[in-house]
Amino acid sequence: MSAAPATPAKDAPRRNPTNWRSDVMQRRIARRYASERLFKLAGLGAVLLSAGFLAFLLISMLGAGLRGFTRTEITVRIDFPASELQLAPAAVNARSLIAANLPAVVGDAADKALGTGGATLLSPGAWLTLRDAILDDPSIVGRVETISLPASTEIDLAAKTGGSPESEAAVERLRKAGLLSTGFNSTFLTTSDGTDPTQVGIWGAFKGSLLTMVVTLLLSFPIGVATAIYLEEYARKNWLTDIIEVSINNLAAVPSIIFGLLGLSIFLNLLHMPRSAALVGGLTLALMTMPVIVIAGRNAIKAVPPSIRDAALGIGASPVQVVFHHVLPLALPGILTGTIIGMARALGETAPLLMIGMRAFIATPPGGITDPATVLPVQIFLWSDEVSRGFVEKTSAAIIVLLVFLLAMNGLAIYLRNKFEKRW
Amino acid sequence: MTEEQAALMPANPKMTARDVKVFYGTNQAIKGVSIDVDMDNVTAFIGPSGCGKSTFLRTLNRMNDTVASARVEGTITLDGEDIYASSMDVVQLRARVGMVFQKPNPFPKSIYENVAYGPRIHGLAGSKADLDVIVEKSLRRAGLWDEVKDRLSDSGTALSGGQQQRLCIGRAIAVEPEVILMDEPCSALDPIATAKIEELIHELRGRYAIVIVTHNMQQAARVSQRTAFFHLGELVEYGVTSEIFTNPRQERTKDYITGRYG
Repeated sequence: MSAAPATPAKDAPRRNPTNWRSDVMQRRIARRYASERLFKLAGLGAVLLSAGFLAFLLISMLGAGLRGFTRTEITVRIDFPASELQLAPAAVNARSLIAANLPAVVGDAADKALGTGGATLLSPGAWLTLRDAILDDPSIVGRVETISLPASTEIDLAAKTGGSPESEAAVERLRKAGLLSTGFNSTFLTTSDGTDPTQVGIWGAFKGSLLTMVVTLLLSFPIGVATAIYLEEYARKNWLTDIIEVSINNLAAVPSIIFGLLGLSIFLNLLHMPRSAALVGGLTLALMTMPVIVIAGRNAIKAVPPSIRDAALGIGASPVQVVFHHVLPLALPGILTGTIIGMARALGETAPLLMIGMRAFIATPPGGITDPATVLPVQIFLWSDEVSRGFVEKTSAAIIVLLVFLLAMNGLAIYLRNKFEKRW
Repeated sequence: MTEEQAALMPANPKMTARDVKVFYGTNQAIKGVSIDVDMDNVTAFIGPSGCGKSTFLRTLNRMNDTVASARVEGTITLDGEDIYASSMDVVQLRARVGMVFQKPNPFPKSIYENVAYGPRIHGLAGSKADLDVIVEKSLRRAGLWDEVKDRLSDSGTALSGGQQQRLCIGRAIAVEPEVILMDEPCSALDPIATAKIEELIHELRGRYAIVIVTHNMQQAARVSQRTAFFHLGELVEYGVTSEIFTNPRQERTKDYITGRYG
């Protein structure tokens, strides 16, 4: 046996076989499992913590806000033939009721039915409820009628959560007489901002938000998608497109108030567009939303496999046909996701709209995009600033309306996204 | 081109390439290739990976236009017409010179739509009935009709790999091209699907000028009548397939087909 086995080189000493059962090795493995468990627990803890915050937010808001959708009503007996209101049922209309001084009729009837000071127990807008009832059924002006009218803010709060001793005593008295009831606050869903908490509504702000969102979507979606397509499919890579790309990415991160200042100086001061209008709000928010849509659109377009482009080009489709027949349909779900994110951000935006005057007190719902309007988040901001305690629950109720709006919008977008995904 | 080389070119060329050079930026991928392709023969491009055979194939219907850094020099003609001339419409060119890709890439649409798309964008069908005829004829020619005739509205991506590739061939045929370029059409397929595609190539021969890139020398020997061997961006040898495989003139070709490298 002359041939010695190949000896290992001097600088590479032979390693002993690993002893996987040694204490050191076992400890190392135990440590690795321990850190695995720790990481899992930390993640679980984070999820539970955020779920807890969310639950707290929802519960506190629902607790305070749902009361805003109800109102306390007082049953008042009105003897129309004996009152000042001397109108034949045929002569009843909105104007004649004002001329006949309906508010005074309600006040007198309340004083009569509820005792001295009865009128102050009712909301200053109680006569509006009566007016609507009379317009619905004019025949009641010829007889004695009992009708539920909204209570004043003090009585409303005292009945719901408690208030001053006097109003609590009044509530107690009314409750014993069986005159107090709770009804659905339809006023809140049908009117706009006002000075008395029992009379304010969210409809004006809701409509303002809706109009603003429509303007934003109609501008930012087509422009954003067209920009994304151009940059991804047509633009040559050079310093100019690099600058455009960096600028768009930066725009997406610019604080929203800056966009408000931009809107103020361009749309209002330079172009003299109407102040406080949904048009200007929508334009301003479109500037803010567009970069988000461009970035999401570019990523979605980039994610379309090149083989699909090759296939279409290979049978002689023109670049435009490739984009509109193949790339865009495949990228649409991704583009829609980006649009949802951008629109949701725009819907919740307050700061830029303050700059263009959408924080004005506007007591009628906007009729179009050039009418003065406000939006839900600004309305929430304005009401949270009010002194009267009655606005607290209105603020929370408005937040609920905003969140429902947001959920509905996202739901629609998710539905559309799934629909387009299924088509392929 | 030397006279010796010229003598080996087919007699009635459909497409001719003269001194074609392709650059990606500063990197030269094709170094002066001259070749003729005719209608009667299936032409195979063989060669080791990275030799430029796919790059050259893609110059034949200007698919390299989509690569921003690519630049093509030399002349390529289709029926004597320079395809890189400014008067040549690239959309029309690609309808006349169809392409089948390495990985089956059906559109994520129905089988019917996959085939109908080309005729529709080129306005080849006057009516829905015309289109139905074209779709059936193309799928029959692609040898797929019997397998899919009852489920034309199913998604093209739900087919097996081999069926997808035949669908892609049917899609290319539907626009009635004159030349079909195939870029390693079987490299993603199993042997049975490969056999079906090869059979299909046999049947399509003569109707279309077919150029096939393959890294499988047995495949080149089976399906083609003429073979071009590419190496390092050069066309080393071009000739009748049986000659190339049994009696190569060049040392490099011999080394390659005997498995010395590649």
